[in-house]
Amino acid sequence: MDENIKSKYQPVIGLEVHAQLLTRSKMYSADENEYGALPNSNLSVITLGHPGTLPRINRTAVEYAIKMGLATNCQITRDNLFARKNYFYPDLPKGYQITQDKTPLCTKGHVEIRLADGTVKPIGITRIHMEEDAGKSMHLAGETETLVDLNRAGVPLIEIVSEPDIRNADEAYAYLTEIKKLVQYLDICDGNMEEGSLRCDANISVMLRGAEKFGTKVEVKNMNSFRNVQRAIEHEIERQIALLEAGEEVISQTRGFDAATGTTQAQRTKETMNDYRYFPEPDLPPVIVDDAWLHRVQAELPALPQQLYARFTGELGLSDYDASVLTAEKDIALFFDELTRLTPGSAKAAANWMQGPVKSFLNERAYTMSEFPLTAQHLADIIGLIDAGKVNHSVASKQLFPHLLDNPSQSASEAAEQLGLLQQADSGELEGLIQQVLDANPAKVAEYRAGKKSLTGMFMGELMKLTKGKADPKLANQLLRDKLEQA
Amino acid sequence: MSTDLNTLRQLAHLARLEFDERNEQKMLGDLNEILNWVEQLRELDTTQVEPLVHLSRELNVLREDTPRNTVSHAEGLLNAPRKDSDYFRVPKVLE
Repeated sequence: MDENIKSKYQPVIGLEVHAQLLTRSKMYSADENEYGALPNSNLSVITLGHPGTLPRINRTAVEYAIKMGLATNCQITRDNLFARKNYFYPDLPKGYQITQDKTPLCTKGHVEIRLADGTVKPIGITRIHMEEDAGKSMHLAGETETLVDLNRAGVPLIEIVSEPDIRNADEAYAYLTEIKKLVQYLDICDGNMEEGSLRCDANISVMLRGAEKFGTKVEVKNMNSFRNVQRAIEHEIERQIALLEAGEEVISQTRGFDAATGTTQAQRTKETMNDYRYFPEPDLPPVIVDDAWLHRVQAELPALPQQLYARFTGELGLSDYDASVLTAEKDIALFFDELTRLTPGSAKAAANWMQGPVKSFLNERAYTMSEFPLTAQHLADIIGLIDAGKVNHSVASKQLFPHLLDNPSQSASEAAEQLGLLQQADSGELEGLIQQVLDANPAKVAEYRAGKKSLTGMFMGELMKLTKGKADPKLANQLLRDKLEQA
Repeated sequence: MSTDLNTLRQLAHLARLEFDERNEQKMLGDLNEILNWVEQLRELDTTQVEPLVHLSRELNVLREDTPRNTVSHAEGLLNAPRKDSDYFRVPKVLE
C-alpha cells in the first residue's frame, strides 16, 4: 500500500491477552492443571458440569492474578464477585463460563514499553479479571465428528485487557513482550504462545489522523505467535484503509487470522451474535481481598524486569542496550543480578561475559539459562582472577571457562592452578625472562634504542612465547620498557 | 412490562429450546405473565438498596491449590452418548 495513503490514517489498537496460570489444580475444582496429559484424564464432576455440584475457588489462582495486577500498577478490587457468561459449546459442559464481569480483580494499571527510538510509552491496562479456560475441540480432517478433550476445561486464566493506546504493530509486539516477561518473572504463566498458554486477540480500527472519534473496530483472533500478531495487525490496518479509501465502510465483526495467507477472514456472523446474558454466579461467595492478604502477596513479589532494568542502567551504569538484553529473560537477569553483587565495580565486565562467552555457550548447545552448569560465583571468580592480573582475559575465555564448563565442581582458582594458567606476576621472575629476550636479540635492541619504538610488540611476542602466555601483559609491558630504556 | 414474539424466539434460540410454533402465542402469554408478576417489585423504591447477590453471608470460601483427580478417564466417558477410547465425540462443530 502507498505510504502516502497509509500515513493519512491513524490505527488504534487494543489487545486482550489470556494467560493460563501455572497452578497445580484448576480454577474452581481440584483436578490437575497439567499440559500434555492423556485426553480426558484430569476430570471432576465440576469440570464435567454434573448437576448439583459446587465450584470452589483456588486461592493460589487469586494470588497469581493479584500479583499480575501489582506488577502492572493496577488497583486491586477488594470486593470481588464472579459471574456466569452463558453460551453453548461442547468444550464447556456447564453451558457457562465462570468469569468476572462488573468487578474485575485489577483495574486502571499500565505497562511501559520501550520504542525503537528509545522513548518509553505507557500502555494502559483497563482490567485484569479471573476466569476459567474451556476444553479443547478438535476438528480433524476426514472426521465426521468433533473430538472433545476436557483436560483444559476449568484451567485458571487471567484476561488482561489493554486500553486502545497501541498505535502500530511494533508497539503491539513490544507490549506483548512486556506482558510475557512479567508473567514469566512472576512465575504465574509460562508465556508460551505456540502452546496456547498465552493467547492474544486484537481490537483494531483506523481513523483519519487528527480525528477525535475512533473508527469502527474489528476483533481479530487466532494468532498463535508474536510474529503473527504483528502480521495480522499490519494486514488488518491496510485492509481497513483500503475499504475507507474505496468509499466503503468497515463492518464491526470478528475476523480470524490465517497464518498461511497472512490475511484475516470474517467469521460467521451467527457466532459473533452472542448474547452472553451475564449474571452474578450464585455458587461462589464473594472474595474479599483485605489489607493483610494484599500485603502478604505484595511481599512475595520477586524482582520485576523494570526494577532490574533500573538497577542495571542506574546503579551499575550499563547502557540501555545491555540492560534490555540482560532483562529479556528472567533466569539471565537474576543470574546477572547475582553476579554483579559478587563483582562490585566490574558490572561492564560481567555484562560482557554474559553476552559473550555465556551466550555463545548457551546458543551452541541450544540451552536455556537454567541449564547453564556454572554458578554466578564461578563467573565472579573468573572476573576476579582477571581483575587481579592473575589470568589474562583471552586465556580465561578460551581455556579456563571451557574447562570449568566441563568440570563445574572445581572452583575457578583451582582450575586455573591445575591448568597452569596463573600468570607469572612475580616481577623478579619476569625481569629474568625479559633479560633473556633482550640477550637473544641484540640487533633489535639496538634498533629500538635508535628510535624504532614499534619493536615493543615483537619483544612482547617473544616474552609471551617464553611464558606461554601467562605473563601479566600490563606488568610485562612496563618492565620491558623500563629495561629497554636503560641504556 | 411485556415482550414480543421476536424476543421469545431469540430466547428460545439462546436456550436451545424448541417448541411447537402453534404454541408460540400461548408461550408469549405465559412469559408476559411471569414478567408482569415480577414487575410488582418495581413498586418498591430500591434506589438506596445495594443489590443482593448472595443469600448466605459466607466470604472467601477458598480451596488450597492441591491437585486431585476425582473422576477417572473411564468414569468420565462412561455416560457420553458418543465417545472413543480417548475423546468425547460430538456432532461436527465448525470453528
